[in-house]
Amino acid sequence: MSALNLKLTLGPALFFWPRETVYAFYEEAATWPLDTIYLGEAVCSRRQQLRTADWIDLAHRLADAGHDVVLSCQALTESESDLKRLRRVVGNGRVRVETNDLGAVHLASSAGVPFVAGCHSNIYNVDTLALMASMGAVSWVPPIEMDRDTLAAILAECRARALPLETELFAWGRLPLALSARCFTARHYNLKKDDCQFKCLEHADGARLSTREGKGFLTVNGIQTMSDGCHALLPHLTDIAAIGVSAVRVSPQATGTAEVVAAFRRAIAGDVVEMDSLPRPDGACLVDGYWRGEAGINPIGEHHHACA
Amino acid sequence: MSTLPELVCPAGSLPALKTAIDHGADAVYMGLKNETNARNFAGLNFDEKSAAAGIRYAHDKGRKVLMAINTFAQGVDISRWQRAVDQAADLGVDAVILADIGLMDYACRRHPRLRLHMSVQGSATNYEAVNLARERFGVVRAVLPRVLTVDQVRHVIEHTDVEIEVFGFGSLCVMVEGRCLLSSYATGESPNTHGVCSPAKFVRWEQEGAATASRLNGILIDRYGAGEAAGYPTLCKGRFDVEGDTYYALEEPTSLNVLEVLPSLLEIGVAAIKVEGRQRSPAYVAQVTQTLRAALDEAARNPQRFSVKPAWQAALAKVAEGQQQTLGAYSRPWK
Repeated sequence: MSALNLKLTLGPALFFWPRETVYAFYEEAATWPLDTIYLGEAVCSRRQQLRTADWIDLAHRLADAGHDVVLSCQALTESESDLKRLRRVVGNGRVRVETNDLGAVHLASSAGVPFVAGCHSNIYNVDTLALMASMGAVSWVPPIEMDRDTLAAILAECRARALPLETELFAWGRLPLALSARCFTARHYNLKKDDCQFKCLEHADGARLSTREGKGFLTVNGIQTMSDGCHALLPHLTDIAAIGVSAVRVSPQATGTAEVVAAFRRAIAGDVVEMDSLPRPDGACLVDGYWRGEAGINPIGEHHHACA
Repeated sequence: MSTLPELVCPAGSLPALKTAIDHGADAVYMGLKNETNARNFAGLNFDEKSAAAGIRYAHDKGRKVLMAINTFAQGVDISRWQRAVDQAADLGVDAVILADIGLMDYACRRHPRLRLHMSVQGSATNYEAVNLARERFGVVRAVLPRVLTVDQVRHVIEHTDVEIEVFGFGSLCVMVEGRCLLSSYATGESPNTHGVCSPAKFVRWEQEGAATASRLNGILIDRYGAGEAAGYPTLCKGRFDVEGDTYYALEEPTSLNVLEVLPSLLEIGVAAIKVEGRQRSPAYVAQVTQTLRAALDEAARNPQRFSVKPAWQAALAKVAEGQQQTLGAYSRPWK
């Protein structure tokens, strides 16, 4: 197999980790074979192990060291203090941002800051994508529920319209499925959100939500609900490159992210990569149903072992 | 205090539309029989003929009709969504309710006189998002997702010229509308892509000894003992296990009910109060519409001494999901 024309990116860490863990993680990540590193608090305003200034500082230090860096914005922005943080991130003066709601798009486009339209941007068609580009989007992450054929058709149309946008696909990790005003982790501990005691720190890959017959279904991660299954597009990279995707994203997990990144890098280089032994968040099963136009929970094909 | 908010009620069918108008709705919202609206359920919604009849009925009585075209246009051929906007304009609706910004762009270019409302599915949870929609597409009203406290709603209103509509009663989405993919994760179809959540065609009821299991695409959503009332398996409202505890891990089957905070909503100047439930019967529409009409009129007459009448609560309790009601995100403890 020949090498694929795909960049490899590291998404923002969606879980809540202690300050030292975060710094150690990015110190290590700086040594991984990545084209772009996303960072920042994208989930919950109460997560302040790193404050906004710390995230911006970390992003700038990585950029100084020669890395391509993007600051991810919080996806659910409600209060004025949320907006204040958002303005600081957008106005960081150095690196581009990943917008995850229309408020962030408004701020970035008004300030002339180039942005990545994140997977929560609800871009399901070319007109909306072109509109995002006109507001300053330089790349986009399709909704995680978008199937291969829809994306292929959109990218073909993008080429026909000469839309100069890069496309980055969420390709590994627990899927960010939903956001809420309610904190489900606090609810699990019978705590109020305002007094959550930062219980998310105890769940480095989120907390598994299973059905009453013991099957893993979802993951509770504060105000975010994720899949239990680990979305795994590693076997599809040749096709992904062929339809015109520019980059694939690995979403950080508590352990083993380095091995996942290395496996993607080898696959992009054209090696055949054995996926079955790759570490997954909390030992989750591998799923790729969304990519195949099915329920997202559907496991990867039979010739792989979906569950460890 | 500003003027009384519009009472906006659901019309899943022509009978429901007439019922809402007859029971005091200022406006009704409806959708076409296809995936362009977020209540794309079998047997619901309007074709061109029934839409025209409904609009005539409402306009004859001086009320408004809003058309929801509030799913996200999918893929390359989005003509169905654009046609829906054209149809709405031709039919003479009073506004269209849109979620997809690409479609807002189309509507404001093609039909500059058509009023645009931003759907709750558009996920505008802050004034920067609302103001983007105003500046770019001339949106005049935004429906806020059910995630903000009353103070946060006030803050949005203070920072925008766009009218703000909030939910007043109905099934409660615990997730931010427009940003919940749980349904497609379980079934392949979501509100954003197909205008559905936990679609009925994936629902199976199974008898397991004395218990009844409800499944969505094979996934066990809940299991009910002999004496327990079984609810529709909306996937966020089942009982699940987290670390050995089995409970309503995301949300109980419950309805939002804002009666208790109605004077606050009036005081902060919301432009409209919306009732959820295009999938519900005309009987539901009648009950909820006349109750909220009475409550709104009473609050307008007597804002200082407004108190929730037990009869109103009793009427709404009868039609609440799981016979339970909550203030939802309007009250911080819910979060």
